[in-house]
Amino acid sequence: MSKSPNGLYTVLGIAGIGVGIGVAVNSSNHQSDVIETAQATAQAAEDRAAAAQAAIADTQAAATDLINTLAAQPLSTGAPVAETAGFGLGRDALPVEIAAWDIDVRPDGAGLPAGSGDVWTGEEVFVEKCAMCHGDFGEAVGRWPVLAGGHNTLSDEDPVKTIGSYWPYLSTVYDYINRAMPFGMAQSLTNDEVYAITAYLLYVNDLVDDDFELSNENFLEVRLPNEPNFFMDDRATAEYPIFSVEPCMENCKDSVEITMHASVLDVTPEDENAAQEDATVVAAAAEPEVDLAAEGEALFRQCKSCHQVGDGAGNGVGPHLNGVVDRPIGSVDGFRYSNTLLDVGGEWSADVLGAFLADPRGAMPGTKMAFRGLRSQEEIDAIIAYLATFE
Amino acid sequence: MTKIYKGMKPTRRSFLTGAAASGVAMVSAKAANAEGDPAIINKQEWNQYLGEGVDARPYGMPSQFESHVRRQDVPWLTADPVSSVNFTPLHELDGIITPNGLCFERHHAGIAEVDPAEHRLMINGLVDRPLVFTMEDLMRFPRENHVYFLECAANTGMEWAGAQLNGCQFTHGMIHNVMYTGVPLRLLLQEAGVKTTGKWIMPEGADASGMTRSIPIEKALDDCLVAFKMNGEALRPEQGYPVRLVVPGWEGNMWIKWLRRIEVGDQPWHHREETSKYTDLLADGQARRFTWEMDAKSVITSPSPQAPITQGPGPLVITGVAWSGRGTIPRVDVTIDGGITWQQARMSGPSLNKSMHRFYLDVEWDGKPMLLQSRAHDSTGYVQPTKEQLRHVRGENSIYHNNSIQTWAVNEKGEAENVEIS
Repeated sequence: MSKSPNGLYTVLGIAGIGVGIGVAVNSSNHQSDVIETAQATAQAAEDRAAAAQAAIADTQAAATDLINTLAAQPLSTGAPVAETAGFGLGRDALPVEIAAWDIDVRPDGAGLPAGSGDVWTGEEVFVEKCAMCHGDFGEAVGRWPVLAGGHNTLSDEDPVKTIGSYWPYLSTVYDYINRAMPFGMAQSLTNDEVYAITAYLLYVNDLVDDDFELSNENFLEVRLPNEPNFFMDDRATAEYPIFSVEPCMENCKDSVEITMHASVLDVTPEDENAAQEDATVVAAAAEPEVDLAAEGEALFRQCKSCHQVGDGAGNGVGPHLNGVVDRPIGSVDGFRYSNTLLDVGGEWSADVLGAFLADPRGAMPGTKMAFRGLRSQEEIDAIIAYLATFE
Repeated sequence: MTKIYKGMKPTRRSFLTGAAASGVAMVSAKAANAEGDPAIINKQEWNQYLGEGVDARPYGMPSQFESHVRRQDVPWLTADPVSSVNFTPLHELDGIITPNGLCFERHHAGIAEVDPAEHRLMINGLVDRPLVFTMEDLMRFPRENHVYFLECAANTGMEWAGAQLNGCQFTHGMIHNVMYTGVPLRLLLQEAGVKTTGKWIMPEGADASGMTRSIPIEKALDDCLVAFKMNGEALRPEQGYPVRLVVPGWEGNMWIKWLRRIEVGDQPWHHREETSKYTDLLADGQARRFTWEMDAKSVITSPSPQAPITQGPGPLVITGVAWSGRGTIPRVDVTIDGGITWQQARMSGPSLNKSMHRFYLDVEWDGKPMLLQSRAHDSTGYVQPTKEQLRHVRGENSIYHNNSIQTWAVNEKGEAENVEIS
């Protein structure tokens, strides 16, 4: 509301100034063309003033209309919403929509789709799509989850909690693979593939033989061994009575000793600010090109979980990247590339690499690299500059 | 930057005269030399020159001198930074509200960048009428405001077997406390009409992890919110924008972010995050499931390893936070001698149900070493246990729900370290 009156006053103000100048020039004794120009200016200013007055009149008319309308119609009463009657909000979910999202599976088998898969098919799919993180036999790479083994370790000092040793229900395995795996390419597996991978995971946990085939028909026949060892939260009886006692406030013990220091372990992350300041000092002292590489090094942190560079770099979730710039695509020994990268040919020139880094799945459809892509050309240039420093 | 000197510097004589006139000035000016404190004597840039205009910072950020205050991760904890966690810098905060940009993050498939126009919330399963809501629909339901803490069940999980990480950011920073604006979940469930056989709900996220948890219908109809604002503004993407579930007092994993679906069922789903994860493995190999409530807990945030005492002996503010998933915190005890003697701390700020509380103990530090601990009492009469008490019941393999008493050893220099004591 406040905006339009202010705008009008501004227009009016300028018009008034225009008229004033015109009058002042007119009364002076200059050459005729100057006077004509001044007269024209004065005329224009008068026109603007007239237009502004017309605009005000329009606004006033509109306001009068609004007042008349309001007077003619009763105002909203804003009656309270009756919660019990429902709000009538939202719309019916269509069966096709529910089917698209409702993929969850329960221990009683509810939600399992029709399908089947055997151990050998499962191994193929697992090695192709899962082993880069979980290892060929579910033993895990790096800190990715271990999926197999760990039997009878749950009361050890370092329990190994796997599907075979810890998980209570097989349905959880199916549901989780189906909704969230492979990491970075969720919900890309067929039902039969999920059954097959699940069968393979039972096999590597020594729970079925190698000729086993899992399907929605026999799913409930398989029980995981640790199911009986879970029980409902019992803190209300097991802990709350012990921990709800008025504690000692004075002379509570004779002496006190330190029994363990965190500094002995020394696993606290370093202060990131201090590290960055060091990097800035180094960067400032070096050539501009090194600057870009230093920037790339910082950006490369997001790649490090899958890719190694430098001395002793090996293949992880992704291939090592030593000498990647201008190296033939799909050429690192021992890394299981997607068919796309095996077949595409050519080299990782700066241009090809740049396009890949900007949009991995767009540039190389079918790539296993689960990365959303870099947002700016600057970042791409920096990372390529950094990678180019490794032979 | 050029330093600007203007006016007359005080002479040694005039300083001494001034100091002699006031004993207080003698004490507070001890850092200044005879020339006077340059912070007073010299004109600073900001004393003279104009600053940026109102259009320079349309979304304001903290002072450049606070750039060290930020979330930080512990890289060795997880396999990669996408399915990982970072920590709230509790040692830098005061009061009870966590600023939105400092709320710790835990993602299982990275931050989903959801377009609210393309976001839908579906309610299906054992309901009379399966429904789909747009964000605009959700905004038309009556809404409420509540301050709640959200604590990850794994907060302090690295400390079960012994003192590990030096800093309350790392030992206790998987928590934040904000005001949520949202629609009571009860209203949405009523709109769909829960069948009498509906005993559980399963909220599901829209991110690539498709996060799911089972929640009993009693909790869903009690105090859960479907929230779209935190501290007055839209949820941050990393906190589930445009809409998340709020499950007051219960472990953070259940507060499904990017909430897109709620299924009603007659039994729990036993999905990954309530079987393989977030179950409490006890010493005998048996495991507790459905340990949803977060028990009373507290920690001293300053002094602490990342917030040492830098001003030497004299007045010292010992402060920290306390919370309980089962109520309020009427009382916190603090010891500076490792638990021989305890004093009741002063509570300050609002005492809200299932919210963080702030406590202070103002002491005159004599410069001698301290063993600092805090102990929370909640409104049910529950008292935060010691590490020994908790290990006695749970063993050391639980990972989750470690709410035991934390110890900081402060040396004569004011440096603090994470320790365990007898």
